[in-house]
Amino acid sequence: MESWSRFLDTFFNWEVIERYFPAIMKGVVVTIEIAAAVVVTGTLLGLALTIMRTFRLVAVNALIVVFVDIFRALPPLVLVLLVYFGLPNIGINLPSFAVLWLVLALVLAAFAEEIFWAGILSIPKGQWEAARCTGLGFLGTLAYVVLPQAIRLTVPPLTNRTIAITKNTALGTVIGVGEILNQATTAQSFSGNATPLMMGAIAYVILFIPVVVLGRFLETRFTWRRV
Amino acid sequence: MEAIVQQFFNLAIMERALPLILSGLEQTIVICLLVIPLGLIGGLAFAIISLSRLRTVRWAAIAGIDFFRAIPPLVLLIFIYAGLPFAGLRPSPMLAVAIAFFLNTSSYYGEIYRAGIESVGQGQWDAARSTGLYGYQTLAYVVLPQAVRNVLPDLVSNTVEVVKLTSIASVVALPELLYSADMARSVTFNSSPIVLAAAIYLVMLWPIVRLISRLERRVAA
Repeated sequence: MESWSRFLDTFFNWEVIERYFPAIMKGVVVTIEIAAAVVVTGTLLGLALTIMRTFRLVAVNALIVVFVDIFRALPPLVLVLLVYFGLPNIGINLPSFAVLWLVLALVLAAFAEEIFWAGILSIPKGQWEAARCTGLGFLGTLAYVVLPQAIRLTVPPLTNRTIAITKNTALGTVIGVGEILNQATTAQSFSGNATPLMMGAIAYVILFIPVVVLGRFLETRFTWRRV
Repeated sequence: MEAIVQQFFNLAIMERALPLILSGLEQTIVICLLVIPLGLIGGLAFAIISLSRLRTVRWAAIAGIDFFRAIPPLVLLIFIYAGLPFAGLRPSPMLAVAIAFFLNTSSYYGEIYRAGIESVGQGQWDAARSTGLYGYQTLAYVVLPQAVRNVLPDLVSNTVEVVKLTSIASVVALPELLYSADMARSVTFNSSPIVLAAAIYLVMLWPIVRLISRLERRVAA
């Protein structure tokens, strides 16, 4: 009985919850802001790169593939530290919020490009030919015929990848972005109590469980044809 | 231009940092050899439990998978490393990393195995059972080999994610590749050690990333 109350005191301490609730909520807002910024800019940039790639200019495509491969192979935390500590030394000063946004958006753009491109490749050539025969131009075919079909195929893998990358907003704590984890660890060291960590974990679960469940739903709904 | 080379591609500094970074690489490989098999085994367990005939067990497995997929791995790691001492347990950085990665990667691998097993038709189960194989034999000899083949690209790409993820162990002061590189950076006030670490990650992972693109195309075609 005593150990139970000690457990509650350490991980669900009411006083600590009351004191640090506003801080954690502030972190939640920051996390949502960064996540939203990353999702919008990352996906759009990925789509833009994919469209550029459909023109099949050798030099441009080589650059796109190198960019995509590098940002898929490097751990995001390596990029965060590189940008955050490296750029000031060559005279570029970005706030930590912007560093996190930039890095995660580029990583998402790389994965999104790869996924969109796979989607476009999976559309049979006949669709292109038929659309061109009706008098649509190249861009018209891309925009009205190919992309709508391709994007439908990419919904499940893109959702899962987006979830994984938005969870990386927690990496911001390393460079002092005031997101949930950062608020929680700060509160934990001030209060000398593990409750803020528990609050942070719960905040993430509340934030991300709906998205994970949505991803699962989309996966069954839009079954990624692969047989 | 000069400043960029000085700051990011300083060979003299890279050379000085190399021994430290190589010892970090060794730690990264040790972590990978520990957490990838753990995750693969844990994931298989998650997937098999989620096949249970009892609905409550099935739902519990799926809830567990979704729970650990919703928590960022860094949050899990810090919770274990900084939170457990309050409960009187003091995990070493390596143990904390092992526990956090086990929970996180098993749920991801589990989800992949599950999708693979579901992609194998019911007829395979029925046929195998009617030849006299037991349920577990059907799973091991008939269903799993086909399931794994169907989701191989996902398994490989998740493994790349796990290797990349080991870099967060630097946050709990486990001297792996990124941690060593960042140490060297803070001593030299120069980002070249991190560029060197990035290059090592690239050398290790780029071929696999290329391979995944190939595998995914082939499966999609």
